[in-house]
Amino acid sequence: MDHRNRQRRLALLARAQLTRLHACWHQFDDQPVVTRLRGPETGLAMIRGRIDARGGRFNLGEVTVARASVRLDDGTVGHGYVLGRSLEHAEWIAVYDAMAQHARFADTIETQLLEPTERAVAAAREKIRRRAGATRCRFDTLVREAAP
Amino acid sequence: MYTTLKASREAIDNAHRWQAEAPRGDAGSPSMAPAQISGQLHHATERVMAEGALYDPELAAMALRQASGDVPEAVHLLRAFRATLPRFATSLPIDTDRMCPHRRISAVQKEPAGGQLLGPTTDYGHRLLDMATQDAQATAPAEGEPASVDSRVSDELLADGLLEAAETGIEDADPPDLGQQALQLPVDRALRLQALARGDEGFLLGLAYSSQRGSANTRPHLAELRVGDVAVELIPPELGFAIDIGEITVSECETVHRPAAETEGSPRFTRGYGLAFGHCERKALVVALVDRALRAESLGEDTSAPACRQDFVLENCDSVPASGFLEHLKLPHYVDFHSAAFTLRDLQRRASTAPAAEGESA
Repeated sequence: MDHRNRQRRLALLARAQLTRLHACWHQFDDQPVVTRLRGPETGLAMIRGRIDARGGRFNLGEVTVARASVRLDDGTVGHGYVLGRSLEHAEWIAVYDAMAQHARFADTIETQLLEPTERAVAAAREKIRRRAGATRCRFDTLVREAAP
Repeated sequence: MYTTLKASREAIDNAHRWQAEAPRGDAGSPSMAPAQISGQLHHATERVMAEGALYDPELAAMALRQASGDVPEAVHLLRAFRATLPRFATSLPIDTDRMCPHRRISAVQKEPAGGQLLGPTTDYGHRLLDMATQDAQATAPAEGEPASVDSRVSDELLADGLLEAAETGIEDADPPDLGQQALQLPVDRALRLQALARGDEGFLLGLAYSSQRGSANTRPHLAELRVGDVAVELIPPELGFAIDIGEITVSECETVHRPAAETEGSPRFTRGYGLAFGHCERKALVVALVDRALRAESLGEDTSAPACRQDFVLENCDSVPASGFLEHLKLPHYVDFHSAAFTLRDLQRRASTAPAAEGESA
């Protein structure tokens, strides 16, 4: 099964600003009734790395994670996970994850939430890459002239 | 043995009240918000996250503020908070190849593919105290051609036959975890890298320095250091596929060292590896050096130097048990000392009467 749409959606919702997540809700005249299935709650995820960057896995340390699961009045379930401890953020992700599974909400979520967030994330990354690019440097080795 | 503390309740309450006021400093100056601490003192915040083994800049900043900037105390507060939370998931290994780079340098290859990216650094300037106000930041950072770090110096050294292969592990079993099990020596490299990642930077710096100065003889070269943002991906069981839940900043360091003493086939340089939360270059570098030093036994090298000894390094590198054991000396030990003093007086009495006793027997 192809999960790419949902993966893209969840990754972008995790990076969306809270103000944008709030604002989008008011775009809908037919807001669904949302029931909490689990959470929102705070916990941990263990971050793994690889030995020598390419080798076996190891546990580096943990990160705080907020998560939530919700159900809409028609039974659609949505899940939200985000780094940090914002329960509000996790719950918004779960709500939009559920709503985006319906054609009547999907377009607005795409244009009001996902696309602007995608642009903002790309711009922020581009800015860091450009700043790093401006510090690209050549280290030249100076060869000492032979003594006369 | 500890004596039961029966101090005056009022005195302790008053001591705590004074302490509660102390971190605030001058009551007339504004209190620091966590965002100010994690922004303006980000290296301190990142050190607390690395040693606290918990990535959360806001919590680390709150811990630093509560501890009045005392890093080991802040690390302790973060570890204690961590113990109150359930673990939801384990991430897929972070992919530092796909890092959004802030900085990437190599000290062994002059022109690595993608270039030397200095990033935000003080390495090439005068490190003098600037008396001017830091608010006077006049110009925004320059922007150039977008950087990417698609290639890895160690891959090129490997392809050239100069470097040993990366150490592989078992992919279908969970790697050992210090958060779930006590340290039992000897341990494999996976557990060592976890212990070093949360180890006290000062302690590890001293060990790495000792290895550089010749006592472990690892002869390090910096193949590559990178600092940047990586995505955190995990597979929630209710979804059954990987999702990306945000980004963290990490520092990664790959070092190359002298060939192993006993090698099958032609000799190759050996590896050290360091990975740490946040922009912590010194930490990533010392972890790589100590990681390589700790490989001495498996590489058939002399293990007499402290940096090469698993028991010495791993049992002493964590500041939480170390400072806890040290600080318990400040609690009342009157009965212990009484007993020691009693024994000493007894010895003194015997010493003063001994010559006479010897004389009698002679």
